Amino acid sequence: MLMSHLIVLPIVLPLATAVVLLLSRLGGARFKRALSLVATLALLLISFLLLREADSGTVQYYALGDWQPPFGIVMVLDRLSALMVLVTALLAVGCVVFACGGDDEKGSNFHGLFHLQLMGINGAFLTGDLFNLFVFFEVLLLASYALLLHGGGKSRIQSAVHYAVLNLAGSALFLFAVGMLYGATGTLNMADMAAAVSQLDPERSGLVVAGALLLLVVFGLKAAILPLYFWLPRAYAAAPPPVAALFAVMTKIGVYAILRVYLLIFGEDAGPLEALEQPWVWWLGLATLAIAGIGVLASRDLRMLVAYLVLVSVGTLLAGVGMRSPAAVSALLFYLVHTTLVTGGLFLLAEMIGLQRGKAGTRLVKGRAPGMGTALLFLIGAITVAGLPPLSGAIGKVLLLAAAEGAQRLWLWPLLLATGLCALIALARAGSTLFWRGQESDDNDSRQSCWQWAGVCWLLAASPLMVVLAGPLTQYTDAAAVQLSEPSVMIEALLTPKEDAS
Amino acid sequence: MEMLYAITTGVLSASGLYLMLRGRTFPVVVGLTLLSYAVNLFLFSMGGLTSNAAAIIDGPGSYGDPLPQALVLTAIVIGFAMTAFAVILAMRARGDMGNDHVDGRKAEEREDRR
Repeated sequence: MLMSHLIVLPIVLPLATAVVLLLSRLGGARFKRALSLVATLALLLISFLLLREADSGTVQYYALGDWQPPFGIVMVLDRLSALMVLVTALLAVGCVVFACGGDDEKGSNFHGLFHLQLMGINGAFLTGDLFNLFVFFEVLLLASYALLLHGGGKSRIQSAVHYAVLNLAGSALFLFAVGMLYGATGTLNMADMAAAVSQLDPERSGLVVAGALLLLVVFGLKAAILPLYFWLPRAYAAAPPPVAALFAVMTKIGVYAILRVYLLIFGEDAGPLEALEQPWVWWLGLATLAIAGIGVLASRDLRMLVAYLVLVSVGTLLAGVGMRSPAAVSALLFYLVHTTLVTGGLFLLAEMIGLQRGKAGTRLVKGRAPGMGTALLFLIGAITVAGLPPLSGAIGKVLLLAAAEGAQRLWLWPLLLATGLCALIALARAGSTLFWRGQESDDNDSRQSCWQWAGVCWLLAASPLMVVLAGPLTQYTDAAAVQLSEPSVMIEALLTPKEDAS
Repeated sequence: MEMLYAITTGVLSASGLYLMLRGRTFPVVVGLTLLSYAVNLFLFSMGGLTSNAAAIIDGPGSYGDPLPQALVLTAIVIGFAMTAFAVILAMRARGDMGNDHVDGRKAEEREDRR
């Protein structure tokens, strides 16, 4: 009974939890923390089950209200969406654990909003309907506006104004694009739209191209591609740390949406419209990578540095999407898991370092030196995020470099390696300023709660774990990439009427 | 009818975009509202403009496409909520930063830059 409803649980569970948590009269802070933690762990369990389910290779769907596709709204589970839901759950556990160390008490309703955001994120990953994707984007954005403001402060308000206005404009563009695609194809279900695009009347292809590229602008805004990324560094640097860490997955939603929509709808059956996003994503991804490398070098604040590292990862992922081969998709999925968890961990770590340094905060100036434990964690985080050999960043990068073919190598190899070097220089400089140029102080009043340690360790532990489990993980991402490269599998799974439907 | 409809949508979105690029939060919020009106009109037209058609299928004969209506309804609700949020955010920014510029700059700084 429960198993058949498993696909919709990652949306229903956070919603129910959020509703209970938002009833502010119910229980105290301890009750809320416990409930939030339990719900997030349950989400982790569910996403593991979903991953196992998806690994069987069949595309499954859950028809809400039993309205069969293409007429009803469906939630679709394939290897890609199961992986993304799992990454979100892993990240969320780290964030909630960290927030229990005191950040959740700096404003009201942290946990409730956090679960609403999880609902939006999971929904965006699972939905098989273009308009529903819009709705879940709005859910996660509305929660993220409020979370960004958690705790208050001038820099947060200011960056939230930019973030909210930009994303509202993005939502309007999304609706324009959806409207155009609906007008041209007559459907909103992504699989059905893919089938419709493959038999498109050439007269209407202009409308579809316009809609598809408008959609790319929206996804580019979410993913923070070059001309649309300016909101990101300030917003991420200003956000409260557990929220910034969760935001590490927000840019990946844009990347996921690009993968999903363009590989499915404009895949190999789309005829003249096949891969219409490819040149844009490839060149702008590379440009994002270059700019982000410069940004990393120029940051004078540890949080800003990590925010630009998020941008580096976006550029890398988009270049991977732009290569448009199963090998590249597999490599980028591996890199995506690594970068989401590690940059999330680094945001949390930056907060701990800032707390230990007292007045100097996270600015890269001389100040009180943080303790040994944070230094060790910083070393691990820096090595893995810069992509140095023993840890997972290196594997992801090597996979991506190996996936490049022909002329792509000429561009990708120097750029990716140069930004890696930029990140290395910036992190080494930041590390030596933070840990070696500090004054020793006797009054070590900066006791950190063990929750914060646990949250950071949980996320950074992902990196060595991914090295140990690299074999099974790459097998899985390979299979996911192959599944994505065959849109017909998904179309058949969704549009063939079920005969034994009860 | 199509021409009038298209011009209305275009003018609305153009004015919305122009206002969104202004420096103060109030015109920006108004611009967002205008843009969402334009979106709603646009979505509505995407099912094809038909006149004298039944809104609900009632036997044979032509009927309007019901899906855009559902989409517009959703878009209106979401747009309304978002506008309300943007207004509150703008007021909070005005209160916290002492001015209503989207970058939170002070009036004197703007004078200097000129």
